[in-house]
Amino acid sequence: MKARITVTLKNGVLDPQGKAIEHALSGLGFDGVGSVRQGKVFDVELAGTDKAKAEADLKAMCDKLLANTVIENYAVEIA
Amino acid sequence: MKSAVVLLPGLNRDRDMIAALTKISGQAPATVWQTDTEIPDVDLIAIPGGFSFGDYLRCGAIAARMPVMRAVAEKAAKGVMVIGVCNGFQILVEAGLLPGALMRNASLKFVCRQVKLEIANANTMFTRRYQPGQIIRSPVAHHDGNYFADAETLARLEGEGQVVFRYAEGTNPNGSINDIAGIISEKGNVLGLMPHPENLIEAAHGGSDGRALFEGALGIAA
Repeated sequence: MKARITVTLKNGVLDPQGKAIEHALSGLGFDGVGSVRQGKVFDVELAGTDKAKAEADLKAMCDKLLANTVIENYAVEIA
Repeated sequence: MKSAVVLLPGLNRDRDMIAALTKISGQAPATVWQTDTEIPDVDLIAIPGGFSFGDYLRCGAIAARMPVMRAVAEKAAKGVMVIGVCNGFQILVEAGLLPGALMRNASLKFVCRQVKLEIANANTMFTRRYQPGQIIRSPVAHHDGNYFADAETLARLEGEGQVVFRYAEGTNPNGSINDIAGIISEKGNVLGLMPHPENLIEAAHGGSDGRALFEGALGIAA
């Protein structure tokens, strides 16, 4: 089973890297870029076929390691 | 007073911390490796700076999940003093022993220079040898020292005197919220700070402003 975890910064958390990317994009002539927020994507391969268990495991992985829930949100997507 | 230093792959200020503790306390600290599940009976546990696990995932994130950190948490719960410097501070917040998070510097640049610190709370085991509001010097060297906490946590930290060190006089090197350079746990035994007091303890360092922190924590006469 394949899963994709997306980790993004919570609203209200400053993202200096996203800001720098935003400025670089306007420097390249891309007009109308409102804002850019940088995040992370994890592609995880799982053994087993129980989707509900996989989802619970993936969420636990996010809570325990993959995301810092003080500053980040996460979304789990199972293919 | 006895101390221990936590060793993790990728730390690079461990020898500085060991040297500082040895010089100030007169005895070498015990060292504990990342896989150790027990820490000897000590009064102070220090987590040095560096780039544990290459700063992969998030600074301090992998280190915070190593077995030795469970042992540190157990000791902290029993009231043993813990100090985390730089990467050590990042590890303490990732381990949930201190609130908030340390984000990429607002400038996006690695900063390596001397800053001024204000003693925001002199009523802690670590700062009792300083005067309230005293300005001391300290080196900083980090890429991710931009302290962040949500409004509620921040209000609690400020209200309870848990902000111990603040960057003074416009020297905030990283965009840290409320100029926060170091915070202490609610119980007052776990301290995390981005600056490196262990690198300013004797004349050869160009000053000894950081020495009183360790003397205070270890109960050693100045």
